Amino acid sequence: MTRRIVVVSAGLSVPSSTRLLADQLADAVSAQVTARGEAVAYDVIELRELAADLASFMTTGGMPTPALARARELVSAADGLIAVTPVFSASYSGLFKMFFDALDPGTSETGALNGMPVLIAATAGTARHSLVLDFAMRPLFTYLRAVVVPTGVFAATEDFGASGLTERVARAAAELANLVVAESDHVAGFAPDLTAARRRTDGRRRTDGNGVAAEVTPFESLLRGHAG
Amino acid sequence: MQIGIFSVGDVTPDPTTGKTPSEHERIEAMTQIALKAEEVGLDVFATGEHHNPPFVPSAPTTHLAFIAAKTERLLLSTATTLITTTDPVRIAEDYAFLQHLSGGRVDLMMGRGNTGPVYPWFGKDIRDGIKLAVESYHLLRKLWREPVVTWQGQFRTPLQGFTSTPAPLDGTPPFVWHGSIRSTEIAEQAAYYGDGFFHNNIFWNPEHTAQMVALYRRRFEHYGHGSADQAIVGLGGQAFMAETEAEAKRFFRPYFDNAPVYGHGPSLEEFTAATPLTVGTPEMVIERTLAFADNVGDYQRQLFLMDHAGLPLPVVLEQLEILGKEVVPVLRAEFERRRPAHVPSDPPTHASLVAAGPEAPHHLVEPARARAEALAQESAQESAQEGAQQ
Repeated sequence: MTRRIVVVSAGLSVPSSTRLLADQLADAVSAQVTARGEAVAYDVIELRELAADLASFMTTGGMPTPALARARELVSAADGLIAVTPVFSASYSGLFKMFFDALDPGTSETGALNGMPVLIAATAGTARHSLVLDFAMRPLFTYLRAVVVPTGVFAATEDFGASGLTERVARAAAELANLVVAESDHVAGFAPDLTAARRRTDGRRRTDGNGVAAEVTPFESLLRGHAG
Repeated sequence: MQIGIFSVGDVTPDPTTGKTPSEHERIEAMTQIALKAEEVGLDVFATGEHHNPPFVPSAPTTHLAFIAAKTERLLLSTATTLITTTDPVRIAEDYAFLQHLSGGRVDLMMGRGNTGPVYPWFGKDIRDGIKLAVESYHLLRKLWREPVVTWQGQFRTPLQGFTSTPAPLDGTPPFVWHGSIRSTEIAEQAAYYGDGFFHNNIFWNPEHTAQMVALYRRRFEHYGHGSADQAIVGLGGQAFMAETEAEAKRFFRPYFDNAPVYGHGPSLEEFTAATPLTVGTPEMVIERTLAFADNVGDYQRQLFLMDHAGLPLPVVLEQLEILGKEVVPVLRAEFERRRPAHVPSDPPTHASLVAAGPEAPHHLVEPARARAEALAQESAQESAQEGAQQ
């Protein structure tokens, strides 16, 4: 079964070092997933292309544009996520945060990233920003109930000309690949494929926030304890 | 088909002049708008309710009673009545009183359209929003239907032997709508009681509105009030009209660009494509509005938002002239033409509810429960008879 991974890149320039790092991570994850006998496919979401959509979402009380709705659908349906941002003013960029603010926060049992394996990465001009991974990005994804792999990848400009980055990329990729492959690790035909319904083997459910939930709580249970 | 207008009652600066009306001017304007609605042949005027600036309508029954005294046939409603933070005892008494004053020209729309801080000001918590809507509305139904109420719930002081006064006009509680943009629990609530469901419609894409209405219709049928297409549905709409589309857009654009709720975001063109907002000729508004029935099925009430974003009163009154004279007659005829015979044309009115008699389901606190219990009893009797025959 082909695993689907979404790459979210918040780089603004073309070419962008953020996208460059995102691509290196995706290649490394591909190698690791393949080595585990599984196939992987990617959807890349360049947040720059959604900048106006996100502003529209924020100013209309949360009405997603068709492009944003599609991105939300891709993210929640994925088996894993690679999230890469440039560091702006000691944190992830505003555009990066706007995207994750536009995902369905869900309840304690749902949400866009509920139980989602995530690899976090960031780029900056200097290594002095490297704690952004653990002081800004990791708490964000923890709040959204994602499972963030232990190794985050930080690339300062100088890292693109130095050794060490490749090793960190490989280690993070291996960690993500383990989770992605384990996500729905059952032999097709012997167990129901629950991933199609976004209901994972651990019972977690992901909701993209698009459309109206098909199931409704019957009114008798809403009224229980409130009928006087 | 009932067609009317609803007003949020916002005090918003006119972006073309920078002038902000005073609260007094805005209240006066809302009254003028309601009177114009009757004059041009609209059926309904619905006022918002808010308890924080920049909104003025904090005392909806006071305002509606004043309008009732100055009108003959206009139906007075709300959009919405804050069921979460308003004491249901006050709602029961205020709106029953308004029924008596207005000769039964009243219905209400329940909603949760208040922001976080409003809840604690009234001793409530926004995180209880749905529970408050459920409990308070259930109590409201009892207050209007049971002569003496003894009651204890989670959110309000218990009642021992309380009688809400005055009783509803002709012993007939007003018809109730439940308004919700995205809470499926509220669509479910409307369906459970066989009440109307209103979707604001104007801030969201049509696919979303269709899904919410479809959910309500499905559950309305599930609870035995009739078939799904007989459920009572109301929709919002929003329009600005001129002789040409270009002229309408030229005039309305600064109001759109600076509007509360969606201003400074999507362009006028993007927003009119994505939502029911129509800025153009009366013909365009007619075509767009008729398509609402394709989207959600034949429905019973259409309310337009005409007076927001700081539009000056003379402009709003002129818009209402166009709406009443050029748009509404065509809409009425066309909606009537496409409606199947078994689908109600109008929502229940005081007259139709009185005509249905005191035994009608409307007079039960929980018609769905009564129906289920009657069915259970029937089948128990049948099996007992079968047993006796054997």
